[in-house]
Amino acid sequence: MIKIEAIKKSFGNKAVLGGIDGVFEPGKCSLIIGASGSGKTVLMKIMVGLLPSTSGKVLYGGDTDITTLDKKALKKIRQQVGMLFQGSALFDSLTVEENIIFPLNMFTKNTRKEKLMRVNECLERVNLTGVNTLYPNELSGGMKKRVGIARAIVLNPKYLFCDEPNSGLDPLTSIVIDNLIREITREYNITTIANTHDMHSVIEIGDKILFLHKGLKEWEGTNKEVMQTNNQLLNDFIFASNFLKSVKSTINQNIKP
Amino acid sequence: MDSFFYHFGRYLLLLKGTLVKPEKGKIYWHEVMRQMVEIGIGSLAIVIIISLFLGAVLTVQTAYQLVTPFVPKSTIGSIVTNSSMLEMAPTVTCLILAGKIGSKIASEIGTMRISEQIDALEIMGVNASAYLILPKIIAAIIMIPLLIIIAGFLCVFSGSWIGEITGVVSREEFIQGAIEHFKPFMITFALIKSFTFGFLISTVSSYYGYYTEGGALEVGKTATKAVVVCCILILLSDYILAQLLL
Repeated sequence: MIKIEAIKKSFGNKAVLGGIDGVFEPGKCSLIIGASGSGKTVLMKIMVGLLPSTSGKVLYGGDTDITTLDKKALKKIRQQVGMLFQGSALFDSLTVEENIIFPLNMFTKNTRKEKLMRVNECLERVNLTGVNTLYPNELSGGMKKRVGIARAIVLNPKYLFCDEPNSGLDPLTSIVIDNLIREITREYNITTIANTHDMHSVIEIGDKILFLHKGLKEWEGTNKEVMQTNNQLLNDFIFASNFLKSVKSTINQNIKP
Repeated sequence: MDSFFYHFGRYLLLLKGTLVKPEKGKIYWHEVMRQMVEIGIGSLAIVIIISLFLGAVLTVQTAYQLVTPFVPKSTIGSIVTNSSMLEMAPTVTCLILAGKIGSKIASEIGTMRISEQIDALEIMGVNASAYLILPKIIAAIIMIPLLIIIAGFLCVFSGSWIGEITGVVSREEFIQGAIEHFKPFMITFALIKSFTFGFLISTVSSYYGYYTEGGALEVGKTATKAVVVCCILILLSDYILAQLLL
């Protein structure tokens, strides 16, 4: 579980986050949504310790505040964290296999055979086989994301962060990635937190949704509650197009007795 | 001036985070070997070409300036050898290497920064600066002095060869002059210079790459800036070392 308490962040005089609270539970996909510039990425970077917060707490497991940890202790926590980056962030000079085996080489004393077995296990889990010797520039966007997920889960993390997991992907591949994230989260009981703009993700995998607006938490709820909310800002954000508005009204009409 | 202290302070802090005990020696060793091949073998061709031409030009120009018959022709060998050892091989070659290796290091690390690969390393719990920069420093301070030894030898060799085929000085006279005024300390001095320049090229270009912000355009600008600063620092340290050691 990850708990954040009154997270504030300013860059100079500009306040980006104005005191965000939230609890992210294991086995659930929690989504942070909001318009560009609402502070989603900054919040995620603070939660993984890539950016220091101006004030507030980020509690891993409910009691370890990473904002007060020294480098050594933070390093230990980070070995329980997997992250899928927006652009996948695969190492260009390494093959798929070398990318996924990298954390195992760094942090385990397993034999090469055991490591390769784990790599293949992770690749199979993300439905990619026979790509071990390919380089990232030989992969499609969706394949890169899947390799990114395989690398993120190779050390059996307790926490999985996904920054815009669907950005740049076609709708079908987006669905595949969404389903994969949801399955992995439930299968391994991982605390998953994702930043997204993708409304399909919100509806499909958002066990919990945190809507940020201008650096403040505007709304919090589940994917089912999103469909019935009266929050104008959230409705304007999620159901921005006429098509989505009509989908919502149709669903709500069907729900009413 | 504020900007100088800001960059210098941040450079020292980056070095402090870089020059630490590696997390997994085997992985670092593999990376050092890879960098040694890239820096050493990758630069061999350009070093050979530069040194051959430098030696040839030095011989021809020195002969052109020695118009009096009172100065023996063997002086050409002495001047070419001393200039090659003291300045041409270490400094000129390193200026070229600053362009080749410096821009490569700065753009490679800069691209890793903007494509979040450095963030990925940090999230994994890897000391990103040590993993990315330390192998480059080790490779540079081993391979650049070796390249400079090759450059010095080729400079003198091409000088004597061109002297012979153009008829400005015979090989015997050239070698006689080279031996007469040769001081072993010149080789030590060249190695001290190349070691210093290797350290500067690898660390300064890594510094600029590591703190790249923005996109592809900024990576290009960073690489250019890294090369310019490396060249200035090479010339500055060249003067300081000459003043201190000669």
